[in-house]
Order: sequence, then C-alpha cells, then structure tokens
Amino acid sequence: MFDFLDSGQYDVLGAFWVTVQLTLYSAVGSLIWGTILAGMRVSPVPLMRAFGTAYVDIVRNTPLTVIIIGCSLGLNQTLGISLGGGTFKEIGFRLAVLGFIAYTGTFVCEALRSGINTVPVGQAEAARALGLSFFQVLTLIVLPQAFRAVIAPLTNVLIALTKNTTVAAAIGVAEAALLMKEMIENEPQALFAVFGIFALGFVLLTLPTGLLLGWVAKRVAVKR
Amino acid sequence: MKVFKAGAAAAVAAVLALTATACGGSSDKASGDGGASGGAKDKIVIGIKFDQPGLGLKTPDGKFSGFDVDVATYVAKELGYQPDQIEFKQAVSAERENLIANGDVKLVVATYTINDKRKAKVDFAGPYFLAHQDLLVRADDTSITKAEDLNKKKLCSVTGSTSAQNVKTKLAPEADLLEQGGYSECLTGLENKKLDALTTDNSILAGYAAQEKNKGKFKLVGLKLSDEPYGIGLKKGDKDLQTKVNAALKKMVEDGSWQKAVDKNLGPADYKAEPAPQITEGS
Repeated sequence: MFDFLDSGQYDVLGAFWVTVQLTLYSAVGSLIWGTILAGMRVSPVPLMRAFGTAYVDIVRNTPLTVIIIGCSLGLNQTLGISLGGGTFKEIGFRLAVLGFIAYTGTFVCEALRSGINTVPVGQAEAARALGLSFFQVLTLIVLPQAFRAVIAPLTNVLIALTKNTTVAAAIGVAEAALLMKEMIENEPQALFAVFGIFALGFVLLTLPTGLLLGWVAKRVAVKR
Repeated sequence: MKVFKAGAAAAVAAVLALTATACGGSSDKASGDGGASGGAKDKIVIGIKFDQPGLGLKTPDGKFSGFDVDVATYVAKELGYQPDQIEFKQAVSAERENLIANGDVKLVVATYTINDKRKAKVDFAGPYFLAHQDLLVRADDTSITKAEDLNKKKLCSVTGSTSAQNVKTKLAPEADLLEQGGYSECLTGLENKKLDALTTDNSILAGYAAQEKNKGKFKLVGLKLSDEPYGIGLKKGDKDLQTKVNAALKKMVEDGSWQKAVDKNLGPADYKAEPAPQITEGS
C-alpha cells in the first residue's frame, strides 16, 4: 500500500521541512507584528488606535487564500515585487511568509490584547504614578504579564498557522500540501495512504507543539 | 424598521430558495446514481471540467461548452440520452477516480489522460483525442523553439499537475517553475512579462488562446513534449458500457462530428489537432 514511497520520487521529509520553515519564519514575524499591532490598539494616540482596529478587522476577515494569492498575483505578477528573491521558489516562499505574517499578526494582536486586559488596571496606574511613559508602562509592566497569560491562546494561533501554511501550495511553495497534490495526481490508487501520511505528518508537527507550550503556559502563568 | 423587516423577509426567501435548489440537486444525484447502476433511467451524470475554456467550461449563465462537452453529449446521445437528460458534474482532476468508483458519475470526459496507474482504479474508453504537452508564449516571442530553451526561462504550470512534474524531472530541471492554482493565474504573469511560458496539454492551451479576451495575445509553440491520449473514464469492469462508448466514439469520428467539434472549440487558436486516434482501450 505504501510501496510508492520507495520509488524515491517523493521527498516527503523535505516537503515537511519547508512547512516547518514557513511556520517558524511566519511565527516569529507575526509575533513581532502582532505585538506592534496590540501596542497600537491600546495606545493613547487615536490615529494609531484607528489604524490598528481597521487593519485587524480588515485583514482578519479576509480569507487567507485571498491574501496569499493576492501576494503572488498582485504583488509579484502585476507589481513586480520580488522581496529580493531570484527564482520563483524563493519569491514564492518569501511572499507566503509575508502573507502569513500579515494575517496571523492580527490573531496574535487580539490574543495579546486579551492578555493586556488580564493585567489589573492598578499596575498601569502605579507605573504611571512612578513617572513611566506609555511605552515604558507597556513594555516593562503590562506586556510581560500579558504574554505570560496568553501563551495558551498563542499556542492555538501557532497550531492554526502550522496548518494554514498548506495554503502556500496555491502559489507553488513546495511544502507538504503541494507534494500531496502531486502524489494524488500520480497515485490515485493509494489516495487514502497519501492522505494518511500527510494527516499524520501534521499531527506530528502540531501535537508536540501543543503539549510543550501547554506545559510552559502552566509553568509561567501569573496566579491571580 | 420597515426596511429592516423587508430585508429580513428577503433573506428568509433567499434561504428558502437555496434550500429548495439544494433539495433539487440531491434528488438529481439520486436519479444519477440510478443511471450509474445501468437501468434506462431518465438522466445520465457526466463528469467534466468546469474551468477549461475550449474543453469543458461552465459559462456564467449556467451553460456548458467545449470539446469534452460535445464529445460527452454525442456519446450520451448514442447511449440513448437526449441533451436535456444530461447532468454535468464538476470533475476536478484529483477526484476523478473517486467520482467514478463511487458511482457519482457514469462517465468522466475531462481531459483524462489514460495511464496504467489510473487504470488500476477505473476503466477507459477511447482514446478520443491525442494531446501533447506544449507551451503557450506571448504572440511576439520567438526565443523558445525546443525544450532545452526552457532551462533559462520562467515557466508556469498548475500545482501538482503532470505537466509541472514533467518539467521538474525531465524536460528542463533548471527552469524557474512557478506553480499556480489554475491556468488563468498563469496568464496574468505571462501577459505582464513576469513569465515566459505556460505549459500544459496543447488542447488546454489552445482553449485559453482562443478565448475572446485573449485573442492575438498568445500563441502555441507547437512542441510535442509528451503524449496525452484522452480517454473517457468509466467504472472498472463495465465492459458493456466501455464497448458502447467506444462504438459511439468511432461513429463520432466517422460521421464528421468529431472534426466539427475540434474545429469549433479549438480551431480559433490556430491549433492543428492530430487526426482522431485509434481506439485502443477494451479491445
């Protein structure tokens, strides 16, 4: 049933490695971008709050496929933006990471904003009374506590991101879902075996992530 | 408030209408299943592509056009079904085998290349058309004349398709290959000069080049990079149906309808189709 794997025609591990890379780059990027967005949404400057709200509401409600294909067709094919990549392989990967950051950042932002709400108002008031600026209050007092509160929700965002990377197949990034398409095209007789391999692959990626970060979340959570 | 109520009423009406059509759809499917079991029922369900101009295309007004559609209609007529008794169902490449095996469709006429791995799961009638992998380039581009020229070119094909794999493994491993979700997405880049060529079966390419909005913009290079004999997929072991479909295809070629269908659907792209292939399946 799995004999088609022995032909050496399919690099399943390599495809999953691309999935892992996509996930890692996008996770780091969206964590940074999401934190900036969250900062904007709680900032005292009305214009920044308005931008943060508008960005999150628009991007979060746009289907990811639309964003990713928009990156490829709009940014690359029409406007010629290549993000410094030379071949379509590089360009596709970078555009996909850009799309994932733009999209996942909104979810990180919203998770983080809920974390900020768990920090008692007195903390910020006390910090302000000491003469700290907004930026200092946010980075020194509020965000460290907020992050510890939202590790579990952020884990869910990370797991969703891992699975969302399959959308990159739509613009030709050679990750797991693209290889799955190839294998189904070539091996229709082993449809369920192919499906099983890739389902298992994603379980192996996401389950340990969930367990590990769930354990971390318990360890560092602020007991209130 | 009144406006709101009217809107709500309209929404309810729309939902009801949708559910009603959904029911209609499922009852159609039930009768289609009956057709698949071989009785002289009132409908036949045929799988075609909905998104390939010139071969199988569903137009916005719900009609179907293309060479595959014409072949399907002819074969259905020979099997005793009038055009209004045919229900076309979308057969996406990856789902074709399952649609047949599950009895969701009786025939699949959807640029379906006959090969041994597919034959393990379904039987074919035909072939009714011989296509080749070819390249579509901008009309003024003369820089590609053979497969090796592709190694320095930017190329586009559809994710996971056989044509894309051919390029990667055999034809031009060094070509810069972009895999998109559909051929239409490739056309954008080709027109904007971000891509040099689009590759897949020449019949599909001809269909795109022949589209009204693309006329004069693109041309086929005319390479024969592979052989793609298209067959009509049907349930494994249904020899009776296979024989009937083969006979229908033979008749279609003999009475000239085949050539007429090729000229009508693929002709505008200045595409010289090969003569009808010999039927090899099921003999």
